[in-house]
Amino acid sequence: MSAVTAPPAVDLPAEPRVNYLNSTYGLKSWLLTRDHKRIALLYLASVTVFFFLGGLFAVLIRLELLTPAGDLVQSETYNKLFTMHGVVMVFFFLIPAIPAVLGNFLIPMMIGAKDLAFPRLNLLSWYIYVGGGLFTLWSIVHGGVDTGWTFYTPYSTTYSNSHVIVTAVGIFITGFSSILTGLNFIVTIHTMRAPGLTWFRLPLFVWSHYATSLIMVLGTPVIAVTILMVGVERLFHLGIFDPRLGGDPILFQHLFWFYSHPAVYIMVLPAMGVVSELVTTFSRKNIFGYKFVAFSSMAIAVLSFLVWGHHMFVSGQSVYAGLIFSILSFLVAIPSAVKVFNWTATMYKGSISYRTPMLYAFGFIGLFTIGGLTGMFLAAIGLDVHVHDTYFIVAHFHYIMVGGTIMAYMGGIHYWWPKISGKLYPEGWARFSALVIFVGFNLTFFPQFILGYLGMPRRYHAYPEEFQVLNVMSSAGASILGVGYVVPLIYLIWSMRYGKAASANPWGSTGLEWDTPSPPPTENFAVTPVVTGDPYQYSPEEVEVVG
Amino acid sequence: MSQHVVPPRVYFAVFAALIVLTATTTAVSFLDLGPWNTVVALGIAFLKATLVVLFFMHVKYSPRLTQIVIAGGLFWLAILLALTLSDFMTRGWLPILR
Amino acid sequence: MADTAASAAPTGHAGSRDLQHHFDSMEQQRDASSLGMWVFLVTEILFFGGLFLAYTVYRSRYPLAFAEASRHLDITLGTFNTAVLIISSLTMALAVYSAALGRRKAIILFLLATMALGGTFLGVKAVEYTHKFHDHLVPGAGFRFPGPDARPAEIFFSLYFTMTGLHAAHMIIGIGLLTVLVLQARKGRYGPGYYTPVEVSGLYWHFVDIVWIFLFPLLYLIGRHLH
Repeated sequence: MSAVTAPPAVDLPAEPRVNYLNSTYGLKSWLLTRDHKRIALLYLASVTVFFFLGGLFAVLIRLELLTPAGDLVQSETYNKLFTMHGVVMVFFFLIPAIPAVLGNFLIPMMIGAKDLAFPRLNLLSWYIYVGGGLFTLWSIVHGGVDTGWTFYTPYSTTYSNSHVIVTAVGIFITGFSSILTGLNFIVTIHTMRAPGLTWFRLPLFVWSHYATSLIMVLGTPVIAVTILMVGVERLFHLGIFDPRLGGDPILFQHLFWFYSHPAVYIMVLPAMGVVSELVTTFSRKNIFGYKFVAFSSMAIAVLSFLVWGHHMFVSGQSVYAGLIFSILSFLVAIPSAVKVFNWTATMYKGSISYRTPMLYAFGFIGLFTIGGLTGMFLAAIGLDVHVHDTYFIVAHFHYIMVGGTIMAYMGGIHYWWPKISGKLYPEGWARFSALVIFVGFNLTFFPQFILGYLGMPRRYHAYPEEFQVLNVMSSAGASILGVGYVVPLIYLIWSMRYGKAASANPWGSTGLEWDTPSPPPTENFAVTPVVTGDPYQYSPEEVEVVG
Repeated sequence: MSQHVVPPRVYFAVFAALIVLTATTTAVSFLDLGPWNTVVALGIAFLKATLVVLFFMHVKYSPRLTQIVIAGGLFWLAILLALTLSDFMTRGWLPILR
Repeated sequence: MADTAASAAPTGHAGSRDLQHHFDSMEQQRDASSLGMWVFLVTEILFFGGLFLAYTVYRSRYPLAFAEASRHLDITLGTFNTAVLIISSLTMALAVYSAALGRRKAIILFLLATMALGGTFLGVKAVEYTHKFHDHLVPGAGFRFPGPDARPAEIFFSLYFTMTGLHAAHMIIGIGLLTVLVLQARKGRYGPGYYTPVEVSGLYWHFVDIVWIFLFPLLYLIGRHLH
C-alpha cells in the first residue's frame, strides 16, 4: 500500500494497549506534555471553544438582522458583535485550526519523525495561544471592541471608547503562537524527513502546511508590529497614523492588509492540503499532477503577499497602486484553479466512495470555487467599487472561510478521527450532519450575494424593508448551519467512549500515518521508516478496508 | 550549521573595518552631498551589515539554505516597502476629476 | 509492528546527554537549531520592517522636518553607542569561538564583556531618553518643538522612541539570554561537541546589532549637513 519498508500494521484487538492517550495520566501529564499529538488535542479543545463563542456572536447578529429595524441591540452593541465575531473566528479559530490541530498531529507522522523539531516550543505556542485568548475573553466580558476586526485608524487609535488595547494585546500575543507553529513546521520539514523521503515524495498535506508556514512566519510579524504601533499611539499618544500630526491612516491599512490578506491563505492552504488527501483516498487514485499541486501551494504563498491593496481600492490609495494590485489579484487565482482542476482530474475514473470525509471534500471544492470566482469579480476595480463594504464581500469570504476551510476542517477531523481517537465515528449521523451543514451554509450565505449586489451595506444593524426576505432566509439558514455543527460535537465526543474501535488503517489509505496503530504510541515509530516510493500509489481495484 | 571555526584574526579585521566605517559615516554626514548623503549613509550601513552577516554570523561558511532564508527575508521586506511606496509615491499622478 | 511499549528504546542515538530524544543525530539537532534561529531572525526582519516602512513613508513626505528633528539627537552619544555595539559583536563572536574550543574561562569572560557592553548601550540610551524628556521632545501632551514643523517632528520622535524602544527591549532579552549562557558555561556545558546555544544566541545578538547599524544613520544622521 504505502511504499515503506517497515512491516505493515497488524489489526490490533480493542483491548487497552499503551498509546499516546493512556501512556501517562493526570492533568500535569497533559499540561506539561511535549508530545505533538497531545498538544494537537489541547488545541482541538481550545479552538472548539472559540469556534462556538464566535458562533454565538453570529447567532446574535443573525437574530438582529431578522427585522429591518435595529430593535434587538443598539448600534454600538451591534458594532461590538460583528467585531468580536470576526476577531474570535479569524484569530482564534480559522488561523490556528487546521495547522495547530491536524498539522501538529500529522506532520511528524507523515514524515516518519518522532515529534516536531522543537516540542517545547510547540507547547509554548499553545500556552501563548491560550494567553492571548484570555486577554480577548477579558475584553469580551467587559464590553468588547467596536472597531471591526480590521480596527482601522484613527477610530481604533483615537476615537473608540472600547477595550482596544486589551484586545490588541490578545491578538499580538496569539500572533506569536502562529509564528512559532510555522517556524516549527518549516524546520521539521527541512531537517527531519525520514530516509528516502525526498521533497517530491511528501504528501501534499505537508507541502500545503509548509507553504502555510512560510506565510505565518513572513506575515504575522508585520501585523504584530502594526498592533504595537496602534497600542503606543493609543496609550502614549505617539502619533504615527494620526492625521492631526500629519500621519496617514492609509499607512495603517497597508500594514494591516500586508498580513491580513496572506492570512486568508493561512486559512485556506491547509484546507487544500486536507482536500488533496481526501480526494486521493476516496477516489483510490493517485493525485493528478502532483508537482503542479505542490508548486501551486508555493505559488499561492508567494503571490498572496502581492495583492493586499485589493482591500483598499476605495480607501484613497493611489489609482496606479490599485491597478497593480488588481492585476496581481487576478494572477493569484491561477494556482488555486490549478488545484481545483487537478482534484477533479484525480476523481475522474477513480473509484469514488461517498464517506463523510469525501462529502466534505466535495463541499469544499464546490463552495471554494464559488467563493474564489466571486473573488475574481472583486479583483476588478470597476466592480469592487460598487460592492465594497456590502454583503457581497461578506458572502465572498464566508464561502471561502466556511464553505471552504471549515468544510475541509470537518472532513479532516472525520478522516483522521480513527487515528486520533482510536474510534470510529457513527457514519450515518456524520453524513446527516454534512448534508445539514451544506444546506444550512448555502441558505445562509447565498442570499447575501444578492443582498450585497442590491446594495445592502455590511456592518449595519438596520436595513431597508425590501431586504428583509433575503435576510430572513439567511438567518434561517444560520440556524440550520448551527445544528449542523452541534451534532458532530455530540457524536464525536460520544464516540471517544462508545465508538467502535478503529483499526490502524480503516480507509485503506497510503501515507506513513496509517502505518501506526490507532491511536499511535507516543513515539509514533519505534523504528524510523525508510521511504522508497511516491505517495498515493493506489489502484482502483483494491478492496476498501473498513473496520 | 557548519562546524567551521573562524580564526579570531578574521574577527579583528572585520571589527576594525566596522569601526572605520562607523567613523566615516558620522564624518560624512557633516558634508553636504545633497541627495547622496542618504545614499552614502545607507550604503555604508549595508556594507557594515554585510560584514556582520558574512563573518560574525558565519554566513560565508553556512549552507545554501541559510543564505536562501536570509535572502527570502530581505526580499519580503522589499515587497512590503516597494508595493506600499507604489501607493505613496504615485498619489496625485492621475488627476481626479471633481 | 513492535510498537506496543510506549517506552521502546529509540534507535541510533549517540548517547550524548545533549541529544534530545526526537532527533536522530547531533548533526540533525544542530541543523534544526540553526535553521530555527535563522527563521526566527527573518520574522524579526519583518517585525522591525513595519517600522522602517513607516519611517520611509514619513521621511519622504517631510524631509526637512525630519532633518530638523534629527539634529536634536545627540550624535556623539549615538556614534559612541554604535561603537559599543560593534565591540559587543566582536566579544560575542569571540565567545562563540571560545565555546567551539571548549575554553570555559574565555567563554564566560567574553559573554560577560558582551553583557557589560550591552548594559552600557542601554545606560546611554537611558541618558538620551532623559534628555529628550527634559527637552519636551517626548510625543504627547508635553511635546514642544521649536520651529514651524512641530507636527511632522512629533511623528519623527514617535518613530524614534518606538524604534529605539523596541530595539532596547530586544537588547534586554539578549542580555537575559547571555545570562543563561553564562550560568550554563560555568557548569562546563559547552565544548567542541556541543555549543549550539552559544552559536544561536550569537546570531540573535548580531542581528540586534545590525538593526542598530541601520537605526543610527536613519535617525541620527539625516540633517547634519544642513546647517
